[in-house]
Amino acid sequence: MDTLIQQFADTIRAAAENRRPLRICGGGSKSFYGNPATGEDFGVTGYRGIVDYEPTELVITARAGTPLAEIESTMREQGQMLGFEPPHFDGGATLGGCIAAGLSGPRRAAAGAARDFVLGLRLLDGRGTDLRFGGQVMKNVAGYDMSRLVTGSLGTLGLILEVSLKALPLPPAELTLACEMPRGEAIEMMNALAGQPLPVTATCHVEKRLYLRLAGAETAVKAAAKKIGGETMPNAAEFWRNVRDHRDLFFSGDGPVWRLSLTSTAPEIDLPGHQLVEWGGALRWLKTDAGAESVRKAAHKAGGHATLFRRGRHDTGAFHPLPEALMQLHRRVKQAMDPAGIFNRGRLYPEW
Amino acid sequence: MPETGVLFEREDVTPYECDGLSAYRQPPMVVALPENEAQVCEILETCHAMRVPVVARGAGTGLSGGALPLGNGVLLSLARLNNILAVDPLARTARVQPGVRNLAISEAAAPHGLYYAPDPSSQIACSIGGNVAENSGGVHCLKYGLTVHNILKLRVATIEGEIIELGGGGLDAAGYDLLALMTGSEGLLGVVTEITVKLLPRPESAQVVLAAFDDVGAAGQAVANVIAAGIIPAGMEMMDQPATLAVEPFVNAGYPTDAAGILLCESDGTREEVADETARIEKIMQDSGAHLVRVSRDEAERLKLWAGRKAAFPAVGRLSPDYYCMDGTIPRRRLAEVLRGIAAMEKKYALRCANVFHAGDGNLHPLILYDANDADQLQRAELFGAEILRLCIDVGGTITGEHGVGVEKIDSMCLQFGAAELETFHALKHAFDEHGLLNPGKAVPTLHRCAEFGRMHVHSGHEKFPELPRF
Repeated sequence: MDTLIQQFADTIRAAAENRRPLRICGGGSKSFYGNPATGEDFGVTGYRGIVDYEPTELVITARAGTPLAEIESTMREQGQMLGFEPPHFDGGATLGGCIAAGLSGPRRAAAGAARDFVLGLRLLDGRGTDLRFGGQVMKNVAGYDMSRLVTGSLGTLGLILEVSLKALPLPPAELTLACEMPRGEAIEMMNALAGQPLPVTATCHVEKRLYLRLAGAETAVKAAAKKIGGETMPNAAEFWRNVRDHRDLFFSGDGPVWRLSLTSTAPEIDLPGHQLVEWGGALRWLKTDAGAESVRKAAHKAGGHATLFRRGRHDTGAFHPLPEALMQLHRRVKQAMDPAGIFNRGRLYPEW
Repeated sequence: MPETGVLFEREDVTPYECDGLSAYRQPPMVVALPENEAQVCEILETCHAMRVPVVARGAGTGLSGGALPLGNGVLLSLARLNNILAVDPLARTARVQPGVRNLAISEAAAPHGLYYAPDPSSQIACSIGGNVAENSGGVHCLKYGLTVHNILKLRVATIEGEIIELGGGGLDAAGYDLLALMTGSEGLLGVVTEITVKLLPRPESAQVVLAAFDDVGAAGQAVANVIAAGIIPAGMEMMDQPATLAVEPFVNAGYPTDAAGILLCESDGTREEVADETARIEKIMQDSGAHLVRVSRDEAERLKLWAGRKAAFPAVGRLSPDYYCMDGTIPRRRLAEVLRGIAAMEKKYALRCANVFHAGDGNLHPLILYDANDADQLQRAELFGAEILRLCIDVGGTITGEHGVGVEKIDSMCLQFGAAELETFHALKHAFDEHGLLNPGKAVPTLHRCAEFGRMHVHSGHEKFPELPRF
């Protein structure tokens, strides 16, 4: 494995010297996400395997090429899970891609995002230097929080080699309630429930129906279900997996799909098309033919930002434009980590 | 700036000469007390233009000297920016200025059944701006996270005096996660002028289990057994015998002083959740060899059991003229080994040490007892502390779990990180602060300093706020 890291470092150094960009390729399950990167394909999935897993320490460390499915099944055997419920999409997702994309699934509003579970990581920067940040302990405030900075940076700051993540126990019992409800009312209810001490771990509203997932001790789940009301849904695990991986019918078709991250209490987005609401109202998926400008304006007005998650026919940038001062800061951060600008050029913002 | 907002006479600036780590003192050249964000920006813009260094300060309760002023610099106090700007009960957020006290946020949220989760022990005094700078934790972090997990948005003044917004109204933002990077950056990257925090519903009920063990190794194993059973306790604290012996006569919390170590394990949530979890914890403690297990029967008993833990620092302070509080985090499975190592160091340095431990997340606070008036004891305490941090690194842990690096642990940073990582930190700092004007000399050592390390390793830990509970 050390030879492989040596090879990666050599490739990076040569690329930096020749200013020839590299397109980091993991499992390819999220290749649709972000802007198209330029450069030579740089396959990195060979660096794989779980390095260390100590269930009673609540920490798992694995190499970036390890399939997410392998990590999750290993954890499941020990009664644990990744708390942020990461999407797998077409199934080939790797740990490195999961952290580089920084995407989280239905449990996000209740348990936290990918970056909240990252305890440490090892990466090669744009000079091919092998760096380690954070560690395998729950609390660590020594040095800048590089691990969380790298999470979600879409491979633009370095090649992730290894990641240590906090594990959570699988809940003893889970139950999903469903009922008919108009969208606006559902958003209000999601917010009202989140303000009460109830074990809600996921919410979704789609096609005029509200879905609430409860998890915890069996007695607690039952008591909460009785308090909230609604019918118990069969095959709920499959439903949530489909929402997580965008296999739900809502996501079918090849038109554009927007991801709007907003203040959870923001009223319904007044744009034509279809909407799916998650994360207690803080995440709205939008299938619309409306122009990019109007979608971004609506997201901004609702306290958030819009991502063109699946491109469709659009030729606009995937991510919400940044104010000038912030964009300059982004460039300088990129410059600090990858001075030759070789990693995933254009993937995050087309100019770099 | 109003005239009362700028201090420069010696007697006026002296109160700002140190923070909670009062062994280090340095009066600043000037103290600036802005009243609003625009004034903060103007001060920074001026300092940037004149190349004058700036140290930001909240309530000054930090334990690592992060707010230690510079004799040629401006001490920028955010104490007058102390307004809670908005509480949104439905969205469960509060928008506050940096000088607002941590506990004041929970007090403002209480009428809505909400609270702000991170609860550093100094929460009655420490400010939320300081919490962001240090990424403060508390007793409940294993379940509820640190500051970084509980904030949504920051307004930050750059050294150029420009305002940038990091994070947003939603749960994420476009671009790099600079919100996470800024949190815990110890005032080296920017000055926070406004914070939007997440509020959580107050748990319906809580109960604590006390368990006593004849052996600290067995207590450590009990912690692992609780986690292995799939329980994430709201709080899980350990105290060794020297700590319980110090506390019991002081607080009468009802701790068995004959035990080698005790555990306090708290469950919170809905009534059903707590009843279920407490019963399981009780059984696990018995099965793990506890010779005494007690469950709090009511709120009064729960608070009494916690009172002992919360009084551990002042209680230990009664045993000795001074104590030096360390803050390493270790993988929990190495606890028994680390405690044995510390016991050996007690003999080596001829100083006593009491250990309190956030056992759930592996954050150890050894309290080294010494007399600062005895130069030899002071030096032994410093060497003792440095050796503990070294041991924490050796077993795969870190030199600071929650108190920050500041000036106190800057030399230990040379042990924890290699030159390449330190260079990366400096490159990032440069991206935010080209001329190195924000809190220079803190948190990240220069490579030169690391090369010199050994000759200049001097520190102490006299506490400036003895009245604040510290846990």
